[in-house]
Amino acid sequence: MRQGRLPFIVGFLAIPVILYAVFVIGPYIQAFQIALTEWNGYKAPEFIGLQNFRDLFEDEAFTSALKHHLWILITLPLATLVIALFFSFLLNVGGGSGKNGTMTGVRFSGFYKVVFFLPQVLAIAILGVLFQSVYRPTESGMINGLLGKVGIAPVQFLNDPKIALWSIIGVVVWQSVGFYVVLFSAGMSSIPKDVFEAAALDGAGRFTLFFRVTLPLLWDTLQVGWIYLGIAAFDMFAIVQVLSVDQGGPDNSTTVVALEIYRQVFRYSELGYASAMGVVLFFMTLTFAALTLRVTRRERIEY
Amino acid sequence: MKTRTDLPVQTGTPASASTPGRKARAPRSRRSGGAASGLFTSLSHVALAVWALLVVVPIVWTFVAAFKTNAEIFGDAWTLPETWYFDAWGRAWSDANIGRYLINSVGVVAVSTFLTMLLGAMAAYVLARYEFRGNRVVYFMFVSGMMFPVFLALVPLFKVVQNLGVHNTYQGLILVYVAYSLPFTIFFLTAFFRTLPTSVAEAAFIDGAGHVRTFFQIMMPMAKPGLVSITIFNVIGQWNQYLLPIIIVPADQNKWVLPQAIATISTQAGYEQDWPALMAALSMAILPVIIVYVIFQRQIQAGLTAGAVK
Repeated sequence: MRQGRLPFIVGFLAIPVILYAVFVIGPYIQAFQIALTEWNGYKAPEFIGLQNFRDLFEDEAFTSALKHHLWILITLPLATLVIALFFSFLLNVGGGSGKNGTMTGVRFSGFYKVVFFLPQVLAIAILGVLFQSVYRPTESGMINGLLGKVGIAPVQFLNDPKIALWSIIGVVVWQSVGFYVVLFSAGMSSIPKDVFEAAALDGAGRFTLFFRVTLPLLWDTLQVGWIYLGIAAFDMFAIVQVLSVDQGGPDNSTTVVALEIYRQVFRYSELGYASAMGVVLFFMTLTFAALTLRVTRRERIEY
Repeated sequence: MKTRTDLPVQTGTPASASTPGRKARAPRSRRSGGAASGLFTSLSHVALAVWALLVVVPIVWTFVAAFKTNAEIFGDAWTLPETWYFDAWGRAWSDANIGRYLINSVGVVAVSTFLTMLLGAMAAYVLARYEFRGNRVVYFMFVSGMMFPVFLALVPLFKVVQNLGVHNTYQGLILVYVAYSLPFTIFFLTAFFRTLPTSVAEAAFIDGAGHVRTFFQIMMPMAKPGLVSITIFNVIGQWNQYLLPIIIVPADQNKWVLPQAIATISTQAGYEQDWPALMAALSMAILPVIIVYVIFQRQIQAGLTAGAVK
């Protein structure tokens, strides 16, 4: 069937390619050019070489944003993956050993999975609004209301620059855990039962099974999870903008690069400078993904 | 693991059976295996139940707060409303326009997801099934889009949208949604089309069906499971978008979509704000999603995790 082949290929690809080139590829390429200019969006952009990048590293808001990403990059994946692994272990192996050494999940594990996954379908901007009530600094806040009942002074979750960032990371962990519980559970159930049976026959206990059998077989899934969460750590825009005081405050203690870019564009009209931040963000994301893939590379276990 | 790493699992020593105090809080757990195993199961249930509460309580609290008065919302967090007032829901619907934002979101997402799937499937099919010069180039151009942070493109994207005259229009928002959903859609569907058998399409060609007809009548129905997963992925992703709406339709309040509206209203809110109405608005944004999620939870979980499992 060769006739009409070329018109068909062109016809089917034309619209998606044009749309994608105009709104995605074009802007990505232009961003690198704009980053080398000073531009307020109206006058013609003026070429200033690498000046924007020099300015960046004297910009206190920007450098503290970089520092925050480093913290988020370490804590967000670590906390999320450890909690998710713990729960998927309980859900899939926590029910004790069955008759022939097979591992069974706890009862209602299906129910728990449905509940845990729920925050994943809600918009992060909406969760930001919801967590304003959770973190409110008086007895009217959900957490401080409880703390007050046991006589603990209210915690300034969002107003104290020392803990504001952690409060915000907490929301993202809260939202993400369910996703990885479902992902790991799927991974665990795809491991053939006889692997477990063989190990159990050799006298491996529940924890040995988990750390020596399940975990190594889940390595690929864990790696994917780490990359996903790492990429999320470089974003954080919606949650910081909606939940933090003064958008990134107090005193820039929760700001992230994405928020600084947004601010430069829509508050100060520094389009060249904002693009330079975007370029830095891009290289950070790329470096992270490449490093993770390299460091965590292992022989794939086939089963 | 936080709990008892040294627990002998298989053997189950009878001694640990006599610690009933530990188990008091565990809901309805039955001890099946040995006693140690039973204790472990009970503790598992406690841990799982605690997390389930952590997830559910803030959401339920928001629903309840929608029935409170302003004064009650700024009083003790853990009291129920004296009287259950329903009128905040009415105010949220009419004064805060939540009804309108809900309809906007449904309209935008319906059109943009449909277009994403149509264009994505067309491109993916051609890239998966037809050899031609430049095939790989086009494929990698699409897939590389998954690696770039949207914020890199923010400035030029904003300018492109302005120059095309689609700033503050739904056309602009929909086109941008579609464009930014294409990389993952094409990545996933190309892999999916490759797994489908070639024989059916060949038989269709022999029977005289053209390329276009084969695609719509043979390949699309065969690809249904993959299409369903990615449709769900795109619906949820586009429904929850926050960044793109606030840069593309910021000006005209009547065009706002739901997450954008809720977040903007709340960040502008002071203490004189109608908080019960805000809580009701928040509940109205959350409830439909929860209902849809509970009905389709299996498909939704599969759709959202589709990208992560190979």
